[in-house]
Amino acid sequence: MAKEFKRTDGRKVDETRPIKAKVGIVPNADGSAMFSFGDTIAIAAVYGPKKMHPQHQQDPEKGTLRCDYSMVSFSTPERIRPGPSRRSTEISKITQWALEPVLIIDQYQTMVVDVFINILQANASTRCAGINAAAIALAHAGIPMKNLVSSVSIGKIDKQLVVDVNKDEEDWEQGEGATDIPITLTPEGKITHIQLDGKITIKQLKEAIELAKNATKQIYEAQKKALKEFLEEKNKE
Amino acid sequence: MTEENKRKIVIPGEVIVKGEDYLPGEGTQKKGKGIVSFRFGLAEELNKLIRVIPLSGVYQPRRGNVVIGKVENITFNGWVIDIDTPQNAFLPLTEVPKYVNKSNLEEVMDIGDMVIVKIIGINKRGIDLSIRGRGLGRLEEGIIMKINSNKVPRIIGKEGSMISLIKEETNCRITVGQNGLIWIGGSNIEDELLAKEAISFISERSFVSGLTDEVKKWFKQKKNKK
Repeated sequence: MAKEFKRTDGRKVDETRPIKAKVGIVPNADGSAMFSFGDTIAIAAVYGPKKMHPQHQQDPEKGTLRCDYSMVSFSTPERIRPGPSRRSTEISKITQWALEPVLIIDQYQTMVVDVFINILQANASTRCAGINAAAIALAHAGIPMKNLVSSVSIGKIDKQLVVDVNKDEEDWEQGEGATDIPITLTPEGKITHIQLDGKITIKQLKEAIELAKNATKQIYEAQKKALKEFLEEKNKE
Repeated sequence: MTEENKRKIVIPGEVIVKGEDYLPGEGTQKKGKGIVSFRFGLAEELNKLIRVIPLSGVYQPRRGNVVIGKVENITFNGWVIDIDTPQNAFLPLTEVPKYVNKSNLEEVMDIGDMVIVKIIGINKRGIDLSIRGRGLGRLEEGIIMKINSNKVPRIIGKEGSMISLIKEETNCRITVGQNGLIWIGGSNIEDELLAKEAISFISERSFVSGLTDEVKKWFKQKKNKK
């Protein structure tokens, strides 16, 4: 392995793609946001709290969070068949689990908060972009939250750990191949979601978490800035 | 320091103030030695009490709020009223300040009627309403419009300055429900439509400072055109 690891797009190993975040992009929704890592663009819209339908899914003890993740058909070079798939069902559930620990929705008995995430353009790390967008959209919707969450994917290309994998790195085949680890953290450094697709040693996994902690700091700042700018702009008008 | 400067934009999880001598109010929590916000909005301090005013999101019903709703259903002892909240709102017969024939509830209020009601309690089963009080009860005429509930304070203005300006200029009676529904009643339709236009004008510019003066100008322009 070379001393200085070269990534296909010339980034440093601990460098994310350019991050963009914007709040209030769906006027009809109670809360909405866009989040992008380079070419990966996710939008999230939040509706509610509102009455849960169908009624048999109501929880009389606490509020429910319901997430729906989907990719638009033109988001990848190969057309994606619209509708739920094995993959989108999994990511919907994962997103829900990643966000639930920070929400304070106990007082919304029998009610539901709906989060719809759409991927407009995909270039790996879509679930992370989706979670980041959903976190700021929930804040925009006025849902009580303990904290925001920030998500990033850590990859292992051959033997090298990298931050924020793109499509080329995800499909890496040389050496040990590619391992993808999406991690979601609160700003305090608590993990709300972690997945692992591939093989990794315990030692390297710990390193990966440390890398994620540093990378999510930048993401958190971008999310914070987007939320504050939204209100500041309105004050200026 | 002016009042505007004291207000600060906060996001969930942000520490608003540090130190032991502050009290957590609405939208905040005590965490360690500081007060942390759990809502997105503007933080405000009043006598060491910190609270967060949300500026987006759905209407949160509160006790004492006057709201406008639509009669959805009639039961044997009251009316179910839709006040644009996820919880059910119920107006019991005992909260109607006049004699009601129990077998003929629809004579007082029928399904589809609009009513001005007051929230007197919120519990796990739903919201309790009352029409005991001045200005409450069934609406006979006029027009209803809906705005975002977060903009209601701007429509009312500081100590009701904005709403009395509109009332003066249009000669209409106006009731602003905290849930964002507004009733306008005037002697002719032109006045009512003018009031409606004025309210739309305000809700579109709800973040402008010195809005009352701008609305005054707007009314002048409208009059000159006539």
